[in-house]
Amino acid sequence: MHEANTPLIRLAKRDGMSRGKMWAIRAAAFVVAILIGAVVFLLIGNNPISAYGTILTGSLGKKTAIRQTVRIAIPLLGTALAIAPCFKMKFWNIGAEGQITAGAVGAAYFALFWADKLPGPVLLVVMAIAGALFGGIWALIPAFFKTRWGTNETLFTLMMNYIAIGIVNWLQGGPWEGRPGSQIIPQYDSAAVLPKVLGVHCGWIIVLALTVLMYFYMKYTKQGYEIAVVGESENTARYAGMNVGRIVMRTMFLSGAISGLVGFIVSSGADNTLHSGVAAGVGFTAITVAWLAQLNPFAMVGISALLAVLEKGADTLQTQMQVPASISDIITGVVLFCMLGCEFFINYRVILRGHHKEVTGA
Amino acid sequence: MTALETVHAIELRGITKRFGAKVVANDHIDLALDRGEILSLLGENGSGKTTLMNMLSGIYLPDEGEILMEGKPIAIRSPKDAYDHGIGMIHQHYKLVDVFTAAENIVLGLHDGKKLDRKEIARKVREISDKYGFGIDPDKKIYDMSVSEKQTVEIVKVLYRGADILILDEPTAVLTPQETDRLFDILRAMKADGKAIVIITHKLHEVMAISDKVAVLRKGKYIGTVNTAETDPQKLTEMMVGHAVSLNIDRPEAKYHDLRLEVKGLNCLGSDGVPALTDVSFQAMGGEILGIAGIAGSGQKELLEAIAGLQKAESGHIFYYPPHPKSDIAGKHVPVDKAGEELVGKTPTQIQKIGVSLAFVPEDRLGMGLVGGMGMVDNMMLKTYKEHPGPFVDRKPPKALAEKLIDELEIVTPGVNTPVRRLSGGNVQKVLVGREIASSPTVLMTAYPVRGLDINSSYTIYRLLNEQKMKGVAVLMVGEDLDVLLELCDRILVLCGGRVSGVVDGRTATKEEVGLLMTHVGGGKEAEDHA
Amino acid sequence: MSINQSFLVLLISAAVLNGTPLLFGTVGEILSEKAGNLNLGVEGMMYMGGALGLGAAFYYEQAAGGSANGIVAVVLAILFAFLAGAFGALIYAFLTISLRANQNVTGLALAIFGTGAGQFIGEYMRVSAGGYVAISNALKDVFANSPFPAALRGLPVVGPLIFGYNIFVYVGVIIAVAMAWFLTRSRAGLHLRSVGESPATADAAGINITRYKYLATVIGGGISAIGGMVYIMTIAGCVWNHEGLSGEGWLAVALVIFCLWRPLNAIWGSVLFGALMILYMRLQLPFIPSQLYKILPYVVTVIVLVAVSMRKKRENQPPASLGNAYFREDR
Repeated sequence: MHEANTPLIRLAKRDGMSRGKMWAIRAAAFVVAILIGAVVFLLIGNNPISAYGTILTGSLGKKTAIRQTVRIAIPLLGTALAIAPCFKMKFWNIGAEGQITAGAVGAAYFALFWADKLPGPVLLVVMAIAGALFGGIWALIPAFFKTRWGTNETLFTLMMNYIAIGIVNWLQGGPWEGRPGSQIIPQYDSAAVLPKVLGVHCGWIIVLALTVLMYFYMKYTKQGYEIAVVGESENTARYAGMNVGRIVMRTMFLSGAISGLVGFIVSSGADNTLHSGVAAGVGFTAITVAWLAQLNPFAMVGISALLAVLEKGADTLQTQMQVPASISDIITGVVLFCMLGCEFFINYRVILRGHHKEVTGA
Repeated sequence: MTALETVHAIELRGITKRFGAKVVANDHIDLALDRGEILSLLGENGSGKTTLMNMLSGIYLPDEGEILMEGKPIAIRSPKDAYDHGIGMIHQHYKLVDVFTAAENIVLGLHDGKKLDRKEIARKVREISDKYGFGIDPDKKIYDMSVSEKQTVEIVKVLYRGADILILDEPTAVLTPQETDRLFDILRAMKADGKAIVIITHKLHEVMAISDKVAVLRKGKYIGTVNTAETDPQKLTEMMVGHAVSLNIDRPEAKYHDLRLEVKGLNCLGSDGVPALTDVSFQAMGGEILGIAGIAGSGQKELLEAIAGLQKAESGHIFYYPPHPKSDIAGKHVPVDKAGEELVGKTPTQIQKIGVSLAFVPEDRLGMGLVGGMGMVDNMMLKTYKEHPGPFVDRKPPKALAEKLIDELEIVTPGVNTPVRRLSGGNVQKVLVGREIASSPTVLMTAYPVRGLDINSSYTIYRLLNEQKMKGVAVLMVGEDLDVLLELCDRILVLCGGRVSGVVDGRTATKEEVGLLMTHVGGGKEAEDHA
Repeated sequence: MSINQSFLVLLISAAVLNGTPLLFGTVGEILSEKAGNLNLGVEGMMYMGGALGLGAAFYYEQAAGGSANGIVAVVLAILFAFLAGAFGALIYAFLTISLRANQNVTGLALAIFGTGAGQFIGEYMRVSAGGYVAISNALKDVFANSPFPAALRGLPVVGPLIFGYNIFVYVGVIIAVAMAWFLTRSRAGLHLRSVGESPATADAAGINITRYKYLATVIGGGISAIGGMVYIMTIAGCVWNHEGLSGEGWLAVALVIFCLWRPLNAIWGSVLFGALMILYMRLQLPFIPSQLYKILPYVVTVIVLVAVSMRKKRENQPPASLGNAYFREDR
C-alpha cells in the first residue's frame, strides 16, 4: 500500500552542494556531450577519435591555428561579459547581436569617413568610443520602454537585432557601398585596423582586461550591488531608495556599450570592414556562454575558449575529412543541451520510488 | 484493522513530510475527520497546518504514512486524485487565472465533454450559487473582482466538482468581520448538508465560533484533538505553544510625548491609477505606538510608502517635527530646517536621513525590505551602501552590524553570508527589524511585523517596538490582528477604502467598534453596499 | 485601372506565398507559448524541417522512380518536417519542462543546434547526391501549384486570389482556424491556456501540467518546422537554400507577438509580413530605400509590442507565466 502512495520519480529541491561535486557534475555532462557527438560522427561514417583529434589539432595544433581560435573566442567572451550584468539583473537582453552590429556601424562610420582626418591611434580610440556609444544607445531603447511601460524586453531586444542587421544591409547596398553594385562596403584604411599583438589583433587584451574589470564591477562596486538587488527584487531596490529605472537603463547601456565595443573589435580587428554578418550569431551563442558560466567572468573565459575550439576545429574537419563545418553547431548545441540539463542535478534531488537515496550525476 | 474500529470520512495516519534534509514540516501526524462536522486545524504559523492539508489536496506527497477514506487506504498523487475522492481545498492564495472568467475558472480541469459549452456551465454555476446564496456573475473576469468575490469563486469551484470534503486555508485573513460572519453562515449551511469541513486558522475566537472539534499542531507535531465545547482559548493556546503563556502584551507609558508627524489632506494613486488614499489626515506622536487597522488593501501600504517617500503624493502634506531635544534619539540625524519640515517631494534617501525608517514586511516577507538571495552582511548595507565614498562598497561596517545583531537578538544563522532566505521566519523578521532599529530612527514604521512568527518571536518584536516607543520614537504599525493592535497600541487609526474612518484609543476601544470602522467611513453609506 | 488591379492581385498572391512559411512557424509557436513555453528555437526547428522535408521528398522520388506520386511526396514531406521539428522541440521540452532549464537559453541553444543540423543535413544530401539535390519538375509542380482545377484558377480576380495558391496555404489556414477553435472553444484549450497563465492554478485544478506543456511544445515545434519545409519546397524551388531560410524563424517569433498570440490574426498577419518581405521588389517609393523594407516586419512588431504594453489591456498581454519553469513544491 505504501508503495502505491508515491509516484515512480519525485523531485526535491536541494541547497548547498559542494563546489567540487558541482563541477564534477558539469564535467560529467561535458563528457556525455562528447560521447553523443561521437555517435553523430559514427552515424555519418567517420571515426570519432580521429574526428575529435582533427578538431583538437585543427584548433590548437599550430600557432596559426591557435591564433584563429583565439580570434573566434574574443567576441564570444566580450559579449558574454556584456550580457552578464543584464542577466544578473534578470533583464533578459537577447539583443547582443543587434548591439554588436550597431557598435560596428558606429566604428565603421569613423573608419570610412574620418580615417584621413584623424591620426591613427586617435582614430582607433574614436572608433571604440563610437562603437560603445552606438551599442549602448541601441540597448537603451528597449530598456527605456521596459522601464516606462514594462514592455517585454526579451521580445523587444530580439526584434532590435534584425532591425540593426537590416540597416547594415541597407548601408551595404546603398549609401556606404564601395564599388557600385558590389553590395560591399570597402575595406578600412590600415589606420582603422586594430594592431596585432602576438599575431592576433589586440582585441584579446581588451576582452581579458574587461573580464577582470567585470568581475570587480559585479562583486565590489556599488553599481554591481545595485544590479544584484534589482535582480533579486525590484520592490526591495525601490524600498532601499534605489532608482530602479535608472539602474536598468544604466546597466543596459553598459551592456550594449560592451557589445558595441565587441562590434568595433570584430569589424576593425577581424573583418576590416562592416557587413551585415558582423555579429554572426555571436550575440546568441554568448548568452549561452554567460549562462553556463553562472555569470562568472572567469568561467566565461574557459567556456568561450571551448566553443571556439569546436568551431575552428570543425573548419579543419571540413577541409580534411569533408565533413560539413556545420557539424560544429551540432556539437555546440549538444554540449549546450547537456550543460543546461546537468544544472538540474545540481539544484534538485531525484528520489526513486522505494529508495530514499539520492540519484545524482548526468 | 478490526471491524470495531470507527470509520472516518478521512483519516491520516503517521503522515510525515520533510523539506530538504533538515526541515520536518509534519512529523507523524494522525488526524480524523467526519461528515457533518467542522474541524479547526489550529497551530501557529509554521506549525505545518498548510503542509498537512496540501497532502490531502495532492499538492505535496507525504514521505511516510497513509491516508484512509471511509477506512480504505487511498493514494492522492495529484490534485486531480484529490478531486476524484471528493476533496477540495480553498488555498489562502487563491488559485485563479486572472484573465479567465469566473465560469472558466470553475470548470478548469474538468473533463465532462470536449467542448466548452459556456451556456451550460453558466447555468450550473448559477444553480450552485442560488443553493447557498452566493450571487456571482459567471462571465465576470477575475481581475475585475474583489477579494471576497474571488473567494466565492473558489468555493463554488470546489462545490461544482462535487466535493464533500472541503479544506479552507485561513479563509478569513482577507475578509472584514462582516464578510467573515457571512462566510461562517455558508459553512454552517454546508455542514448541515452533510459535508466535512476543515478550516485552517490561528485565530482563536474563530475556532470557538465555528468549529465542532479542534486539532492542534505544534512545530510539525500533532498535539491532540478536543471538542470545542469542552475547551477555551487559554487551554488551546497552551496546546499551541506548549506551555502556559500570558496573552497580555505590555503597554508602557513613554516619558516624552511630542508631535512627530502630521499628515494633512494626503491623496495618492495606487499602482493601477485608482485613488489609494483620499484626504488622509492624522497625527503621530513620539512616544506612542499608532496602530493602523483596515481590511487588506485599504491604503495601508500606500500610506507608509508615501511617508517614506516611495509613493508619490498627488496632493497634501506630511510635516515632520524633530524629537524633543532631551530625548535619547535627539540629534542623531540630519537636522531639519524648521519644525514642520515638509516630507512630500523629498527622496527616500533624504527622508531616511531625517530618521524616518520603514520596516515593511509584505506578504512574502522577503519581497521588500530584505534581499532573500543575499546574506546578512549585504542586507545590512541595503540603505547605507551609498554613504561610503567612492565607487566601491565597504562591507566592514555591515559585517560588524550583522554580528552585533546575531548576538543581541539571538538570530540563528549558519553564517553572516548565508542567504537570509534560508533562515526561519522569526529570524528573518529579527534581521529586518534589527537593522531598522540600528539606524536609531525617530519614526519607525512596520507592517505586519509578527506575521508568520511563533508566539515567542512575536513577543520579542513587541518588546523591541515598546523599547523604541520608550525612547521617544513615533512607532506606526500596520496590523491585521485586532486583538494585538488593541493590546499593544496607544491609538489606532482605522482606514477604510483609502480614507480615515476614525482614530480610537487603544485602551478603551472595542473590537466591534474598530471592525465597524473598517467597513464604513463614519458609519455612513458604505454600510449598505456591504450588506 | 486594370494594370493596378493585376498589380494588386500579383502583390497579394506573392504576399500569401511568402507568408505561408511564417504562418506555420507562428501558429506552432503560439501553441507552445500559450502553454508558457517561449521556444526561441523556431529558427532551428524550421531549418530541420526544411532539410528533412526536402530529404523525404527527394529520397522518396529516388526510391519510387517514375511511379512517384505527388500527393505521397507532399504527405511525406509534411510528416518528416513535422517529426524533425517535434524532435527539436522534444529536446527543448525535456530540458525546460523536466529539467527546468532556463527557457531563453535553451531556446537559443536549440536555434544553434537546429540551424547546424538543418544545414548539415542539407549539405550532406547535396554532397552524397553528387552535388545537387534534384527533384523532378513534375513533383515540384505538385508542391508549387494550386490543387484546384484550372477552371477555378482561371476565374478573374477570385481565381488567383482564392484558388491560385499551393496546397500548403490551405493547409496552413486550416491549421490556424483549428488552432483558434481549439484554444478558445475546447476544454483542452482552456486547460492549455491556464497552464501558460498560471501553472500553480492549473495544477491545483488537477490538470497535468507536464503533459500539456510537452504536447503543446512538441506539436507546436512540429507545426513550426513544416513552415521551413514549405519555404524550401515552394519559395526556394525544392533546393536547399539556407540563406533564404535564414531569419524566417525569428520572423515567426515576431509574428506571434504581432498577432497577439491569436492564430486567426496570424492568418492575415502572415500575409502582411509576407507583403512587407517582398514589397521592395514590387513597389518603389522614393523616400524609403528598398532595402529598408526588409526591416519593416520587425519595426511594426516593435510598435505593436510597445503599443500593447502601453495600453495594458489584460487580454492582449503575453501568457503570464511565459518563460517560467514550474516546480510544484517550490516554496
